[in-house]
Amino acid sequence: MTRLRVAFAGPHVTFQDSGRLGRMRYGVPASGPMDRKAFAIAQSIFANPPDAAAIEVSLGGLSLDCVEGHVTFAVVGGGFIVQIGARRLGAWAVHTLHQGERLVIRPGPWGSWTYLAFAGDLVAPQWLGSSATHGPSGLGGGTLAAGQEVIVQDARVAPTLEGSIPCPIWARPRRVIHAVLGPQDRFFSAESLEDLATQPFHLTNAYDRMGVRLRGPSLTPEGALSIPSEPILRGSVQVAGDGLATVMLADHGTTGGYPKIATVVSDDLDGFVQLRPNDAVRFKLVLAPQAVALARQGDKALRAYLNRPR
Amino acid sequence: MALYRPIADHAMLVEFGTAISDASHAQVLALDQALSANPFAGFREATPAFVNLLVDFDPIITDHAEVEAHLRCLADQPLTPRTPVTWQVPVCYENAPDLDEVARRTGLSTDAVIAAHLAGDYRVFLYGFAPGYAYMGGLPEAIKLDRKTTPVRGVPAGQIIIAGTMCLITTLVMPTGWWIIGRTPTRVLTGEETRPFLFDVGDHIQFHRVSQAEFEALP
Repeated sequence: MTRLRVAFAGPHVTFQDSGRLGRMRYGVPASGPMDRKAFAIAQSIFANPPDAAAIEVSLGGLSLDCVEGHVTFAVVGGGFIVQIGARRLGAWAVHTLHQGERLVIRPGPWGSWTYLAFAGDLVAPQWLGSSATHGPSGLGGGTLAAGQEVIVQDARVAPTLEGSIPCPIWARPRRVIHAVLGPQDRFFSAESLEDLATQPFHLTNAYDRMGVRLRGPSLTPEGALSIPSEPILRGSVQVAGDGLATVMLADHGTTGGYPKIATVVSDDLDGFVQLRPNDAVRFKLVLAPQAVALARQGDKALRAYLNRPR
Repeated sequence: MALYRPIADHAMLVEFGTAISDASHAQVLALDQALSANPFAGFREATPAFVNLLVDFDPIITDHAEVEAHLRCLADQPLTPRTPVTWQVPVCYENAPDLDEVARRTGLSTDAVIAAHLAGDYRVFLYGFAPGYAYMGGLPEAIKLDRKTTPVRGVPAGQIIIAGTMCLITTLVMPTGWWIIGRTPTRVLTGEETRPFLFDVGDHIQFHRVSQAEFEALP
């Protein structure tokens, strides 16, 4: 067993597994990692099962003291800075933490989320069979806080895995994201649809695991303020009465009465969440069959990466 | 006639109407039931709402056209919705923070507000907002009010809240702009592994009144 103690945790640093699926009908979104590809890569290094937990680190950063034992770990996602004691290392690498050492993860040149995965079984509370944390309620694994102990059972040291791992081009932030119009695009003027497809938008500071509000042209819906609540998905581009668009993310509400002008394709969401507040983003509208093709292309690239010869 | 709207790369929204009605919701539930009995390869989950059913699928396995064909086939067959369960939910109306204000705004006595609330015929239309927040339609017109202009923070679990034609039982400590008219020991988030959510969409709820002493004596 390896015992770590949280010396510092910024906001929105949580335990996550690959997600709590199939409970949307009860008001529970999947949650799970914001960047699902980075999470999958991190867990694949140690051949951890899909329901294994890792720690999602936000721009707030995380410091862990190794109180007892030792463990090999990976930090994957974003261009974060990783330090063990005075040794400054990067993300996209595998290292070993020993008793008495402090691991610090903090934001670097790019990215908003990174994943700390362990060679071993990271112990995290579960809710409905998953340790994915639903941020607004705190249900699931939970949010990390200073003073808390983090336990890795059956922790291993795996020197052969140590070293840097390649950061594929598709894991970088995406400034152009594909989206399919709808399902409530009928409530928007031709001008608003044109603005969505052609104008730049910017991420704002109103950015958490539930979603990110965008700054950009006003997309005021017409006569849609009283539509019956409809299901929401990760990637829904919801427009409130003030004309501001919000892209719904991992901890999204499951239903809502604001119209959704478009929905971002799943393959682009991982790169989208690695943008930061004030970064520009553009929507590229595609039809549903093209969106499916993008999903398959993205999946193929991820699988080729995970199966690369090492 | 149902409308099939593709969403991104991984979902279809099947729409049975534009305004909330029992008929549209019955069609939503019937398709939901048929789909759960006859899922297709790549089906992930379905989410029922007031007038539409969201069907989420794995785009690596299937696509919108195949899913639409499967759903149309299901919709063509006679759909028999599940027989809903009726749940009895005790409510204590004593010391409810907004009962007097609801009475003032509706021009009723507090007893008349309570009587109206108890007389409602409630049905779960959908879940939303937060885990376990079951939106129950059927609140009588006499106590229909718009939401408060400013939400109240930190409202605990187990509160009976109303707004518009809807009633909810809170399950978590969350903010709400709805009117708090009572509380119940009934927990929609049951904490039980086999039935973590008490109600299914489509279930009926009947409220009955309990005194403060009875409320405190309930488990």
